[in-house]
Amino acid sequence: MSTDAIDATPSRPPEDRGGHGAGLASLRQFAWGVISVSLFAGFWEFSWAMGWANPLLLPPPHLFLADIPQTLKYFDTSNRIGSSASGGGVMALLKTVGWTTMRVVLGLILGFIAGVGVGALIRYFAPARNLVLPLVTLLAPISPVAWLPVSIFLFGIGDVPAIFLVFIAIFFAIVLSTIGQIDGVPINYIHVARIMGASRFQTFWRVVLPAILPSLFMTLRLNLFAAWMVVLIAEAIGVGSGLGQIVAVARATFNAKLVFFTMAIIGLVGFLFDAALREIQRRMLWWISSSKTGASL
Amino acid sequence: MTPAVSCRAIGKIWRSERSSADVEALRGITFDVAPGEFVVLLGPSGCGKSSLLYMIAGLEQPTEGTLLAHGLPIGAPSADRGLIFQEASLFPWLTIAENVGFGLSVAGVGGEERRARVAEILRSVGLADMLDKKPDELSGGMRQRAAMARALAMRPSILMMDEPFAALDVQTRAKMQGFLLDVWQQSGASVLLVTHSIDEAIALADRVVVFTARPGKIKTIVPIDLPRPRPPRDPRHHALRDLFTDLLAAEVDNAFAQQESGAS
Ligand SMILES: Nc1ncnc2c1ncn2[C@@H]1O[C@H](COP(=O)(O)OP(=O)(O)OP(=O)(O)O)[C@@H](O)[C@H]1O
Ligand SMILES: [Mg+2]
Repeated sequence: MSTDAIDATPSRPPEDRGGHGAGLASLRQFAWGVISVSLFAGFWEFSWAMGWANPLLLPPPHLFLADIPQTLKYFDTSNRIGSSASGGGVMALLKTVGWTTMRVVLGLILGFIAGVGVGALIRYFAPARNLVLPLVTLLAPISPVAWLPVSIFLFGIGDVPAIFLVFIAIFFAIVLSTIGQIDGVPINYIHVARIMGASRFQTFWRVVLPAILPSLFMTLRLNLFAAWMVVLIAEAIGVGSGLGQIVAVARATFNAKLVFFTMAIIGLVGFLFDAALREIQRRMLWWISSSKTGASL
Repeated sequence: MTPAVSCRAIGKIWRSERSSADVEALRGITFDVAPGEFVVLLGPSGCGKSSLLYMIAGLEQPTEGTLLAHGLPIGAPSADRGLIFQEASLFPWLTIAENVGFGLSVAGVGGEERRARVAEILRSVGLADMLDKKPDELSGGMRQRAAMARALAMRPSILMMDEPFAALDVQTRAKMQGFLLDVWQQSGASVLLVTHSIDEAIALADRVVVFTARPGKIKTIVPIDLPRPRPPRDPRHHALRDLFTDLLAAEVDNAFAQQESGAS
């Protein structure tokens, strides 16, 4: 019997990425983004024009964005502790942003890997479960900010405490998510692996891990903002460089323009970061359609 | 000749935390499957058909009795006893070719040889063009053929299928049955197929094992001596269809009564 006549139509046509529809939709989305931000900025400017907002405390966008070269003076090119405004310029801004981003990325990567490892140990080895799970459950609800003194006691001043705080912000969430997700892996996947003769390690590495990766990535994205928040706090207190330190300086010197400028930068970088993660998710974890992982959010 | 599968007085009790909630799924199952034979398991829902396949696959252990494959006790799962599920259970993160080559790659069959064998097997199931597609991009029938290819790539001597076509539409289902018969005749494997469909049993089986309601016992075994292919409208099917309908009706009533009285 010939088989090529059997239902040759795929259930779902391959989607037309970057086609006209998609381009138009993302343009529309962008337009709405611009409108949304403009409305907020407009309201702020209006309040200023009406004299409701004190320009010294709440300088509207046109003021804190006006004198960028002057503002950039506060950013320093070196990642030295306690360095004060000596350099400036766009390069300095990029470097400051770069240092902060580096701390976030390192903390996230380390926290993710360690979290998956510990989660898998807890799930698969009873001694690990008995010894470690109570501790993890106890520590998980503690805000990463509460770890700040601990991280400074442990690691002193520098990059490490900031990275450590990001690590903490992601680690417990990934551990708990890993434990939960492993139980959610379709049992048939495990059956197939066993019938095919896969060892326990092969089953984990080649079946369980890919099956739970999309959900773990969602957990990572959900905790991304927490990671950004704690890195700024750590920088303001325990590192002495990076965007967090700029905010601290701005606050100490009562420089409202610098506060809002830095806030704008932080918001922008956070947004780009999430967009980058979404792109990674789309390319590497394509087997879960974006609708299922909320990548379309 | 040694039977491909031999069930001797198999019993299965699913234990639960509370012993009062233990479920006796199967009791005293004894039958053999000859090499190259096509056996269909037919019975009311919950009578333990899937449990039996899982035990033959080695994924679960019987509570009582002995299970032999080619005369040897069944211990761990083996790729020689392939199992295909109702849901295709292809790995969505692998391409069709990678899915079909999964067992070979676990067994350490190298890149070149694996590629060649995967290509060959995909050609034989009519999916030669789908090598680089993702499971998501295939229709249900194609996915099920890919799942068969994944099992067949290991050249099993026993192929088990748990309601493999239940999720497909009627036309696709008929095509897939013909396709399965081709695969079965070419491979020479023994097939054990679970179905709820009397027509499917008549279309495919050498012998049909009919189960009672839970705890599943063998009610009777009906040989079907019609030559293949068996056109669905063949008048000789009528008597068989009536026979199976009567056999099942009583058991389905029992199964329902059990469920209503909360015994499930
Ligand atoms: N892993 C399990 N743990 C506990 N009980 C189980 C398990 N698998 C099956 N059972 C129970 O054993 C009985 C038989 O189940 P099984 O799935 O083998 O029946 P089946 O004949 O395949 O039914 P169906 O036709 O609905 O697929 C059912 O009552 C079911 O609840
Ligand atoms: Mg079943």
